[in-house]
Amino acid sequence: MTDQAIRQDLDSDGILTLTIDCPGLSMNVINEALTRDLVAAVERIKTDAAVKGAVITSGKASGFVAGADLKGMNFAGDGAGASSGKSKMAQLFDGVFTLNKLLRDLETTGKPVASAVNGLALGGGLEIVLATHYRVLADNPKIVLGLPEVLVGLFPGAGGTQRLPRLIGVQPALMFLLQGKNMSPAEALGLGVAQAVVPADQVLQTAKDWVKANPNGGVQPWDQKNFRFPGGVGGTNPAFAQTFVGGTAMAHKQSHGNMNQVKAILSAVYEGAQLPMDTAIRVESKYFAKVVADPQAGNMIRSLFVSKQAAEKGARRPANVPPMKTKKVGMLGAGLMGAGIAMVSAQAGIEVVLLDRDQAAADKGKQYTADRLAKRRTDPAKAAEILNRIHATTDYADLKGCDLIIEAVFETREIKAEVTKATEAVVGADTIFGSNTSTLPITGLAEAWSKPENFIGIHFFSPVEKMPLVEIIVGKKTGPEAIAKALDYVAQIRKTPIVVNDSRGFYTSRCFGTFVQEGLALLGEGVKPALIENVAKQMGMPVGPLAVNDEVGLDLSYKVGQQTKKDLGDAYKPGPGEAVIEKMMELGRHGRKNGKGFYAYPEDGSAKHLWPELSGYFPVSASQPTPAEVKERLLYRQLVETARCFAEGVLETPEDGDLGAIFGWGFAPFTGGPFSAMDTVGLSNVVQTLDRLAQAHGERFNPPQQLRDMAAKGESFYGNAAKQKAA
Amino acid sequence: MAEAYIYDAVRTPRGKGRKDGKLHEITPIELATQVLRALRDRTGIDTRDVDDVVLGCVSPVGEQGADIARIAALNADYAETTAGVQINRFCASGLEAVNMAAAKVISGEAEFAIGGGVESMSRVPMGSDGGAWAMDPAVAFKNYFAPQGIGADLIATLEGFSRDDVDAYAVESQKRAAQAWAEKRFAKSIIPVRDVIGEVVLDHDEYMRPQTDMQSLASLSPAFLAMGEQMPGFDEIAKLKYPEVERVNHVHHAGNSSGIVDGASAVLVGNKEIGAKYGLKPRARIRGMASIGSEPLIMLTGPSYVTNKLLGRLGMTVNDIDLFELNEAFASVVLRMMKHLNIPHDKMNVNGGAIAMGHPLGATGGMIIGTVLDELERTGKQTALVTLCVGAGMGTATVIERI
Repeated sequence: MTDQAIRQDLDSDGILTLTIDCPGLSMNVINEALTRDLVAAVERIKTDAAVKGAVITSGKASGFVAGADLKGMNFAGDGAGASSGKSKMAQLFDGVFTLNKLLRDLETTGKPVASAVNGLALGGGLEIVLATHYRVLADNPKIVLGLPEVLVGLFPGAGGTQRLPRLIGVQPALMFLLQGKNMSPAEALGLGVAQAVVPADQVLQTAKDWVKANPNGGVQPWDQKNFRFPGGVGGTNPAFAQTFVGGTAMAHKQSHGNMNQVKAILSAVYEGAQLPMDTAIRVESKYFAKVVADPQAGNMIRSLFVSKQAAEKGARRPANVPPMKTKKVGMLGAGLMGAGIAMVSAQAGIEVVLLDRDQAAADKGKQYTADRLAKRRTDPAKAAEILNRIHATTDYADLKGCDLIIEAVFETREIKAEVTKATEAVVGADTIFGSNTSTLPITGLAEAWSKPENFIGIHFFSPVEKMPLVEIIVGKKTGPEAIAKALDYVAQIRKTPIVVNDSRGFYTSRCFGTFVQEGLALLGEGVKPALIENVAKQMGMPVGPLAVNDEVGLDLSYKVGQQTKKDLGDAYKPGPGEAVIEKMMELGRHGRKNGKGFYAYPEDGSAKHLWPELSGYFPVSASQPTPAEVKERLLYRQLVETARCFAEGVLETPEDGDLGAIFGWGFAPFTGGPFSAMDTVGLSNVVQTLDRLAQAHGERFNPPQQLRDMAAKGESFYGNAAKQKAA
Repeated sequence: MAEAYIYDAVRTPRGKGRKDGKLHEITPIELATQVLRALRDRTGIDTRDVDDVVLGCVSPVGEQGADIARIAALNADYAETTAGVQINRFCASGLEAVNMAAAKVISGEAEFAIGGGVESMSRVPMGSDGGAWAMDPAVAFKNYFAPQGIGADLIATLEGFSRDDVDAYAVESQKRAAQAWAEKRFAKSIIPVRDVIGEVVLDHDEYMRPQTDMQSLASLSPAFLAMGEQMPGFDEIAKLKYPEVERVNHVHHAGNSSGIVDGASAVLVGNKEIGAKYGLKPRARIRGMASIGSEPLIMLTGPSYVTNKLLGRLGMTVNDIDLFELNEAFASVVLRMMKHLNIPHDKMNVNGGAIAMGHPLGATGGMIIGTVLDELERTGKQTALVTLCVGAGMGTATVIERI
């Protein structure tokens, strides 16, 4: 068998060692081959009298098993069972129950099975481990174990929601299941997830020794008569009841009720814990089927896992450019952004020349890294190593030898052009120059660099060390080498890139701005500010439009508006919230920075609250829209702008659009992003809603022609993208 | 159809619902037994004419489980033929029990029927019976579950009731209850509770704090702040349903919410003929009963809606009612009903309520119908409306009229 995923070795003690080693993959994942081989292995344990027990381990140094092969999953319900006459969900159940039942068979052969875990075990990988009777982990704090499915819209569907609570109790289990949190071997031992932690080279032997010494060890605690559920179980058990009352409320609060998998995990644990194991895993698989039958799961997996990984591995990288690793970066400007970029670069092992106009500013920029490393309690030796890579200077000559320049100076063309030219004089125009501008079109800025093909936008988000996205902006003349260089650099600093074409505000700032503007428009129309803010959060945005405007600074919004007005001249159309910003500027309210914005920031440090006098300037209207109406406007205003970016060619792929929205401005992650959301709603429905909104609220809701055409043809963004790829 | 008359109403005094409460040593079956026995002995009826005993109980598990109404009837030496049924409409269980007893009389199913309730909150704590409402994740998500206190504070927030407003109401409740006790206005209905050797263990409402003033209440911390704003953070769930609220104003605390107490109540309802058989003079006629559902998250707005529903059906208006008795679950609940229905405070809970004397969940409805009946008789007034707010968003009400 060429695609063998599990090797079987029977030793003289009758112990069958099952070594998982997926061929052609750097990491073991649960795929068809592995499942098939596991079926055969379980059958052999059960029927072969020569087999007294078994040990499962991994043949890969990279870890045990990393989980299910999410890319290979088919949730469409159009697989083999499609002709069975069963409902889609019933077919999905049949599919997902296979592995669940297989692991149940593994733990009920009557023969002892141990797992020897020498590396990470995540998701389905950990579920295999949980289904063994004795779990030995290598004593290596870097090994992670966990059930992170919740983070990508799924939940552990191979017994994880049943075995973990039965091992460690409902409340601790819910922490791991709902937060997707990892545990170290030491934690696993303390919690009772593992029975032994030993040096890495003794893992296999320890597991074998246990099997040999425990011929009757092949019965799980929950299959024993005297089993007591840790922490108690049942509807009249106060601890059990309180756990679910509190746990559900917390999950409801955090997810705003938007996440199907969160509800399903809670229900699977609640119902399953009160059932015998054989029934419990069936209920678990039913909830799993219900979750994956909803487009939400597929959308989340696609954007949060598949597209994200693909982007990080260079999906948008020009194929024929050789690797262009950055060794030394010249960072122009040591302000908040420059300092953050210097930090993440130095952390990635890149030498940094951090340049500013005066030494104090440059030094302050370097101190930023020192402060944050100290706050994170980084090992002092390691921190010193990182800091040694940052060279704070005022001298352009120090830029010599830099193979990438990133500019983050003031947002005016004149200053940017000046530093660009001064830099070229030292490093030459063959060096790739990246501008971190968030508003100024790249094509124009590129004029200051003699070889505009080497000029590109590298747009970071603040705070740089925390925000996961980098928006790469391709100017009219930007060449493939600059794109490759920028993407290789983003990979080095381990962030997620998207690639967009040049336009005012590019993709993220432009679309995010519409969300903020619509919030301001609602306020200007007399909608209660709390209603605007709460609905925004409830639809999955991290903060409301008024709060975020306070954070960014109302004066900055004002300045950007004025600059745009100047640039566009007669073509300028005032945004619907502009009057609101102007009024706030008049009132001297600049946001959090001066302690006065849409919110009041009490001097005693107590929590901010909406400025009570807001209604004096923006009178609350007697008739308020329903929350659904507010939500629709805040959502569709963003959707239509992303569709425009696609129609105008600012975006080339829906993946860039979805990743940029979720990781750039926090667009509701449960939707999988705006393009996934539009596909799910159906483009003709989207157009219909937009037409209605345009009628009621203005042309800013007008759908672009391309969207109308796609809707008319019954197309979808991802459907078209798949067709293009296939062609 | 027959008319339903109230022939008598009794209740135990309310003991503090804690381990040091006077009624903690008395089992709930004994509390129920003693009121049933008193009702029989005071009226001298032959219990073979009592067709059914309906008792409300909100945590019907453990000592209060297994149909405590039937077991109490047996324990009180009622005729074997007297049936018993335990019901649960949360806080209105006692009133619902009276309503069901009345319905049985009106429909001809019963000659005499008893309605009332029992709750030993010190022995069977609130929530002992679990339930899908708060605990089953799918159900809790669907209904935006949050505890009553959050609903009470949400009412205060939406209606603009300040901490001073609710505290002032509480002070008045204590004052009225103290005066009622001082003038022995409850004397006719109170059945002192006796222990196994026949000694009286409690003959007055133990929970009252007549010295309560604004200052003493001001020192109490809001009871629902932590669960609302921190763990697990029910305010955010409230805001999912009420997104116009920026922040829930947590004004309720132990001093302006109903007290946790032990107690039992029983009301004898019958038709005209059966009363005449024993020469009993009916004390009041039950004119009508109603229940209603309301928004379950805010939970406690049912009383105004059920009052409108019932008065509308009876062709009456608020002005036709001489006295209102609304269970003082939380101060904001009463303030809201007075505000929405334009009820003057001197018609509402004139002898105080559960803020001062406590709220033995399943028993309260049967207690306050007796309280208001005593007051109608004392003052020579005619009609009263009794109502309670109810868990999961309901309201139950009864209109009685003195004969």
